[in-house]
Amino acid sequence: MDLVQLQRQFVDYRTSLYHEGFLDEQFTQLQELQDENNPDFVVEVVSLFFEDSERLLNELARALEQQSIDYKRIDAHVHQLKGSSSSIGAQRVQKVCIAFRNYCEEQNVEGCLNCLQQVRHEYSLVKTKLESLFQLEQQILTAGGSIPM
Amino acid sequence: MESCNCIEPQWPPDDLLMKYQYISDFFIALAYFSIPLELIYFVKKSAVFPYRWVLVQFGAFIVLCGATHLINLWTFTVHSRTVASVMTTAKVLTAAVSCITALMLVHIIPDLLSVKTRELFLKNKAAELDREMGLIRTQEETGRHVRMLTHEIRSTLDRHTILKTTLVELGRTLALEECALWMPTRTGLELQLSYTLRQQNPVGYTVPIHHPVINQVFSSNRAVKISPNCPVARLRPAGKYMPGEVVAVRVPLLHLSNFHINDWPELSTKRYALMVLMLPSDSARQWHVHELELVEVVADQVAVALSHAAILEESMRARDLLMDQNVALDLARREAETAIRARNDFLAVMNHEMRTPMHAIIALSSLLQETELTPEQRLMVETVLKSSNLLATLINDVLDLSRLEDGSLQLDLGTFNLYAVFREVLNLIKPIASVKKLHVSLNLAPDLPEYAVGDEKRLMQTILNIVGNAVKFSKEGSISITAFVAKLDTLRDSKAPEFLPVLSDNHFYLRVQVKDSGSGINPLDIPKLFTKFAQNQSTGTRNSGGSGLGLAICKRFVNLMEGHIWIESEGLGKGCTAILIVKLGMPERVNESKLPYMPKMPTNHGQIAFPGLKVLVMDENGVSRMVTEGLLLHLGCDVTMVGSSDECLRLVSHEHKVVFMDICVPCIDSYGITIRIHEKFTKRHERPLLVALTGNTDKVTKENCMRAGMDGLILKPVSLDKMRSVLTDLLEHRVFFEAI
Repeated sequence: MDLVQLQRQFVDYRTSLYHEGFLDEQFTQLQELQDENNPDFVVEVVSLFFEDSERLLNELARALEQQSIDYKRIDAHVHQLKGSSSSIGAQRVQKVCIAFRNYCEEQNVEGCLNCLQQVRHEYSLVKTKLESLFQLEQQILTAGGSIPM
Repeated sequence: MESCNCIEPQWPPDDLLMKYQYISDFFIALAYFSIPLELIYFVKKSAVFPYRWVLVQFGAFIVLCGATHLINLWTFTVHSRTVASVMTTAKVLTAAVSCITALMLVHIIPDLLSVKTRELFLKNKAAELDREMGLIRTQEETGRHVRMLTHEIRSTLDRHTILKTTLVELGRTLALEECALWMPTRTGLELQLSYTLRQQNPVGYTVPIHHPVINQVFSSNRAVKISPNCPVARLRPAGKYMPGEVVAVRVPLLHLSNFHINDWPELSTKRYALMVLMLPSDSARQWHVHELELVEVVADQVAVALSHAAILEESMRARDLLMDQNVALDLARREAETAIRARNDFLAVMNHEMRTPMHAIIALSSLLQETELTPEQRLMVETVLKSSNLLATLINDVLDLSRLEDGSLQLDLGTFNLYAVFREVLNLIKPIASVKKLHVSLNLAPDLPEYAVGDEKRLMQTILNIVGNAVKFSKEGSISITAFVAKLDTLRDSKAPEFLPVLSDNHFYLRVQVKDSGSGINPLDIPKLFTKFAQNQSTGTRNSGGSGLGLAICKRFVNLMEGHIWIESEGLGKGCTAILIVKLGMPERVNESKLPYMPKMPTNHGQIAFPGLKVLVMDENGVSRMVTEGLLLHLGCDVTMVGSSDECLRLVSHEHKVVFMDICVPCIDSYGITIRIHEKFTKRHERPLLVALTGNTDKVTKENCMRAGMDGLILKPVSLDKMRSVLTDLLEHRVFFEAI
């Protein structure tokens, strides 16, 4: 595909992610931190986020399966997830985490389980989106172009 | 009584004589008495007669004579003594008076005679004055004639009319018999009879110009009387009459080129015409001086009028010529426009037609590259691809250039990141440079604005072209790119006299210098560099490709950007420097931050704010820790990351200036750490600043932080600018609590 077309596609895709609320300004900030000293910063951070989130989600799932639910632990995990997602700007995940924490405080199992499902869903969505975005980036770079800001 | 001696006359025959004597005496007495009376009467009448008393004397004399004669009447008869005595008295008196009168007259008569001569003299004088009056009147009339003639002559600009009018008016004024004008022929060797007064169509007489009489006339500016037998004067058929006097005068024919010569003496190459005037024959008239003067004046006027007519003719001719030229130019212009339009249409069509197959070739060749190929095939395909890319570039360039030349190209103005442009160029050129082992350095001045308004794509194209040339023509060494804002004095370059920069508030001039240590350029070839299609043959880079259009296009772009581009080189082998200056706009206050919180804008924008600042970041969350680390690294800090409070306490040292702690209430006892750090560093200047990073927006957190002894609080999420300004504030004031 033409380089210009690729770039345009990339910009459109990225804009759509913002529009749909998958990403917020924090993601832009991350991109600004990427420079020649730190060329893969965004990818690294996002990869770390994926790892972290996977781990946390698994922990959450296990914790909620228990007979006696340790809400403090669940709250800690959710807090972590919230922190991570807000750090990279995964807005929708963050929002669900906030709701999750409320249910934790209320010690509402149903609510928690619901939220967990939502979080999982949002997480997988944002993961797919970010992975496609990075793929487009890679294509542009191999075609010899530069990533439009 | 004595008897008198008189004889008593008898009235016999002596009586008659006596009678006659008696009568004549009587009449004499009468006359003697009446003459004085008349005299007195007329003297009384005339007032001017100066000798009155002479007349009185005369009167007295006459009266007495009369009395004598009257008394004589009584003496014829016997008379008494009284009569005799009376008679005697009368006679005595008469004698006395008459003698006196006689004596008087001797004095008077010469006077009377002189009166008469004076009268004669005055009469002559009066006659002379009359004559002179007549002369003056004639002169004045002549003057009037001249003025009228001049007016007639000058009222027209037509040469033929001027000359005809002259002759007619002269003929009328001076009552000439014939008046003729001889003009020099084109060869200048003869005089040709051009105009005459009486004859309607003069036969083309010619007279050789070198006649002594003619020479005489030409050498003087006065009217000269010539002999009627002179060839120029033989205008009438010879007859039996006596020809009148002839006068000839020269008329200078001024040539247009003569008007340039002011100080030169009279050139002998002046051409003259000859005007010949003949008085009526048999008239015995003579040429008067005033008439000759009139003729001279007229001749001068005619010369002036003729020169005016010549100028008019010349200007009319020039105007006609100009009109013709205009028409021709207009036609040429229209033809040129048609040609340009045709070319543009051709280019546009060809452009599209050429690009389509080009695309096919390039696309399919690249696809072919992806497939399985033998090495030879791969080489072939690569060559095909390279050549077609080159061709595509050439097509683009040609189209660009033709659009540039037409002036139909317009810049796409927009706000763009200037720094990004340079970084992009650097990125693009680095691979090639590293292959050639060339070192490329970029130096952007601190006062260079980060954002500018201009045509980003074309600016990049230009800079890339120049840098590409630098790389292309350097086999080894280094290339340095410097960019800064040009000040006014550096803008005025002696090599660019037509480049007149104008400074204004919302524009600045960007100056980019690309210096390479390559093969250099002969200074004589420098002017040719920017012309189309002229590639320097002597540099021996035939195989490096390029059509020679690049620099020409760059120059056009730079001109569109109201700038200037030139190349300096000391010679072959000494490298060269390409310098370009373009005018870019200042952007409006750029809205970089999309965050709700924006502290004061930092002054050192775009520069690393805190080089080497040692900071410690404590955050349990890996992702956010990494983000914070990235932030601080971007700002140039030396970051140490810790994930737990123990690590933090272990690693913290007095070298760390700031400690960022992510406080999340359930996880870490950040307040405890704060206290412990305070204990560790007793001296205030050794202790690093403790800043809390939190997502909690309640006042309790803030109060707790303050109470625990923290120096600052920042709300997450933190943007780059926020971190920058926070650090600035923190380092300046040593405390920073964000407003919650």
